[in-house]
Amino acid sequence: MQTNILSQDAAGEAVPSPKLYLSIKNLWKAFGTFLALKDISLDIHEGEFICFLGPSGCGKTTLLRAIAGLDLQSQGSMTQDGQDVSTLPPSERDFGIVFQSYALFPNLTIEKNIAFGLENIGRGKAEIDARVQELLALVGLPDQGKKYPAQLSGGQQQRIALARAIATNPGLLLLDEPLSALDAKVRVHLRHEIKELQRKLGVTTIMVTHDQEEALAMADRIVVMNHGIIEQVGSPTQVYRHPSSLFVADFIGEMNQFPARSAGEDLIDLGGTIVKGEKHGLPKGAPILAAIRPEDIIPHGMGARSPGAEDIIITPENAVDVEVREMEFLGSFWRCRLHHDMFGTEDLIADFSINAVRRLGLEEGGTMNIELDRKRLLGFNLEGCHND
Amino acid sequence: MTDLSQQGLPAGPVIKGKLSRDDIIMRGGMIVIALYLIVSMVMPLYAMLSKSFSTYHVDLSQYEFQQSDKDGVFDGTSLSGAQLNSQIPVYAPKDLNTGADGRLSVTKWFPDFSFRSPVKYRLRNVSPNGRFLVSSTLYTGTDWVELDSNKFRRVQLRPIKTTGLGNFVNYFSTPALFQSIKNSLWISVVSTVITVTLAFWFAYALNRSCIRYKGLFRLVAMAPILVPSLLPGIALVYLFGNQGMIKELLFGASIYGPIGIIIGSVFFTFPHAFLIISTALAISDARLYEAATSLRTSSWRTFWTVTIPGARYGLISAAFVVFNLVITDFGLPKVIGGQFNVLAVDIYKQVIGQQNFEMGAVVSVVLVIPAILAFAIDRFVQSKQVALLSARSVPFQPQPDEKRDRALFAYCSLVAVFIIGLLAVCQFAALVKFWPYDLSLSLTNYQFDKMDGGGWGSYFNSIQMALIVAVIGTGVVFFGAYLVEKSNGFKIGRGLFQMVAMLPMAIPGMVLGLAYIFFFNNPANPLNMLYGTMAILVICTVTHFYTVSHLTAVTALKQMDREFESVSASLKQPTMKLFSRVTVPVCLPSVLDISIYLFVNAMTTVSAVVFLYSPKTTLASIAVLNMDDAGDIAPAAAMGMMIFYTNAAARIIHLVISKGVLTRTQAWRFR
Repeated sequence: MQTNILSQDAAGEAVPSPKLYLSIKNLWKAFGTFLALKDISLDIHEGEFICFLGPSGCGKTTLLRAIAGLDLQSQGSMTQDGQDVSTLPPSERDFGIVFQSYALFPNLTIEKNIAFGLENIGRGKAEIDARVQELLALVGLPDQGKKYPAQLSGGQQQRIALARAIATNPGLLLLDEPLSALDAKVRVHLRHEIKELQRKLGVTTIMVTHDQEEALAMADRIVVMNHGIIEQVGSPTQVYRHPSSLFVADFIGEMNQFPARSAGEDLIDLGGTIVKGEKHGLPKGAPILAAIRPEDIIPHGMGARSPGAEDIIITPENAVDVEVREMEFLGSFWRCRLHHDMFGTEDLIADFSINAVRRLGLEEGGTMNIELDRKRLLGFNLEGCHND
Repeated sequence: MTDLSQQGLPAGPVIKGKLSRDDIIMRGGMIVIALYLIVSMVMPLYAMLSKSFSTYHVDLSQYEFQQSDKDGVFDGTSLSGAQLNSQIPVYAPKDLNTGADGRLSVTKWFPDFSFRSPVKYRLRNVSPNGRFLVSSTLYTGTDWVELDSNKFRRVQLRPIKTTGLGNFVNYFSTPALFQSIKNSLWISVVSTVITVTLAFWFAYALNRSCIRYKGLFRLVAMAPILVPSLLPGIALVYLFGNQGMIKELLFGASIYGPIGIIIGSVFFTFPHAFLIISTALAISDARLYEAATSLRTSSWRTFWTVTIPGARYGLISAAFVVFNLVITDFGLPKVIGGQFNVLAVDIYKQVIGQQNFEMGAVVSVVLVIPAILAFAIDRFVQSKQVALLSARSVPFQPQPDEKRDRALFAYCSLVAVFIIGLLAVCQFAALVKFWPYDLSLSLTNYQFDKMDGGGWGSYFNSIQMALIVAVIGTGVVFFGAYLVEKSNGFKIGRGLFQMVAMLPMAIPGMVLGLAYIFFFNNPANPLNMLYGTMAILVICTVTHFYTVSHLTAVTALKQMDREFESVSASLKQPTMKLFSRVTVPVCLPSVLDISIYLFVNAMTTVSAVVFLYSPKTTLASIAVLNMDDAGDIAPAAAMGMMIFYTNAAARIIHLVISKGVLTRTQAWRFR
């Protein structure tokens, strides 16, 4: 299902050429009696930016290290750019790598660090110097070449590590949690820069991260992993809007979850109220978990239906009057805890824009009418809970 | 594997990666260094062990003799050796238990034997188990060998080797030898208790009080490391010996014996204990003391509930290190032990004095047991120590306390006087013309060439050996540690290497030296040519001091980012380039530490090399021993002090180089 996704991507991003670059087939990795990777198969196309996303221990770093040849897989094969690389040592594979620790050589200047991989490959000194300056300019640190790594900030060091990794124009760039050791602000800034640089160079890139926001912002495609298996592969919008499993739904973004029953292939019985959701395909009466994101709850007004709401087509089965129990101001939006018997004892969490709150005059203790966006209300097989 | 296949892992062989050139180079290097350790340690120790289980016995019933009349006619009667020995008891039963080189001549069984007589003799082995020599020809067959008188006197019966516990039974049934075990344990325990107590308070004063001159005290405390362990013995002889300066202070007791050994042991083990305990006290967490103060705990109680528990691993570790040093030390008891026998000296006496190599091997095995035990417990305790450190600990800052500081200052001064005093006595002894009759100063005692021990040549030999050990040893140790720390896969090989690298520390020097005799002095060994050369001294010394150097290197390497090798491989650069451009420069301070450690120890070591030097390769430390043995005590002291000054100079040079190198290559450390 993954092969056609790129061209369908609605986000309007540059569509990478569909040429297959890295193909992983039935990869297994055992550490003693523990299986870190279970039958992983994955195709990556030239120029793509891929993120391996998952909680710690899910196998994402193991998979990256297997791709680099640093920790060889127990079974399975891998082809890179048409060549079988399954058993090659790292030095015979074509990749550049950036680690969380940067791993800059502390006793070499920034220039020498970047030049490290340019030596011994038949380049003249002048040519190396020119390339180093070009790379320094590329990562935005043109005057720092004579300094030592310890004299730079964490973000600067990470950029140098990146420059060193791409110095030799590798076909594949591997990033192992490159941003997680940095401050939040630097992180946001740098992830934009890395993405920019990657687009400019067109180098196929795989980044490991446990930060879903980072993955959503940077990746062309996200590979969500859990317990050594791939849960879902898809564009950021796909994995966010159409999570294929409860794990993915839960791990990426926030999700209200309520035990419910199927009332037909796209109908959900929530505590006796039948609502319409996305097609879940489960037989009527089957126990399911209904899930909806806080931002997919559409506010319609305080008390009775607000005057401006008439023009919105409201399906009667998805609109409901709820009690506003708590409101929390979170800067750019309000987080509200809403109560209705159909949700049981749990509160429904909804995020409303400041505008909406002001316009509708919402306040704690009042009642309001909301609509559960029928395209965003998902039903999951309860079996999916065991995935977690 | 079944467990995994239940989880879905397909059956089939695990994928084996292709080895890169670097992998091959690194594994090859590791194998070479592992082989070095095996040849220079494991195999000699094995040779020694098998020696200790080898007994040699001459079985007289295995031989038959015939004697002719004056005309050379045999009457056909033959008598076994056992029968002959019962007629004329030439050999007592204990004479029949010999060493590997045992030889028994046979002519005494024939009272009228004369090598000029025309009488002829025949002898044979009853079974193929018998062996005898005629001149240098060995006969093992059962055919009669006919010999004239002149040849017959050259017949020598040779012992049969059997493997068993005979030597050990023999050892434990010899009270004089068995007593040595008790003696060794006793002086080791007493020395350990005294040294650890003294060193604890010294370290406490330097870490937990505000006394002045801490740097100076620290320097003085480390001084004994620069001299051979037997030097304090010489100083003690001058102070308390038969013509000692202040022998009255002993109230008639003799310094030759346990008293001398214990005082000397405290001197030479003090820096080791001080260093370990000082490290343990330095890492304490100030927050615990703040908590104690805020709970109004008395300082006495704080000491027992916070200070001592915090330093307990250091104390235990120091105790076992000191115990090990004392029980394995040879030089000091040799110089000042008198009639008080200890294990290490027994080995020397058995081997050098009595040429009884098997018994030497037995004593070695006996000595190895407590040494390995002490070593193992120390390792275990040290592995616990690490867990005490936490990133959040706040370093303890001592507050001035006049009464306490004054008492501790006085205490440290006393210890310093003890250390400097013994060294000063040696220097004084070296410069006095003829104690106690002619107290004028002269340099006569420095004319080493007129004494036993190899003269000035041995001093320069020592420097040469120490330099080679420092250079080659540091290279081998650091490279070996790098390979074992940073290579991929090959887990079993690396685990074995780590184990073998830890072994030398547990092996006493005397034992290693003796093992070298068994291994390298065996004519069948192709490495026999090394015997008696400088090379074997270097190999032995590097091996003897391998462990501490290896651990220093490993500690330094563990602080290197473990992804450097991955980055280098991804950049298609040879690992050896990374090693020379990054690893060595970054670890240079540790590399220099290893080299000075090896140099100083090569200058002062006695125990291992005492069995291995040859007339051409005498060493300064051995010269001290031999001159002392020959009664030239003043020149021995003079040579000992030469070692001290050389080591002190080496340390200063090391300091200067370290500083210079640091500013040049470690610029990155300073922002």
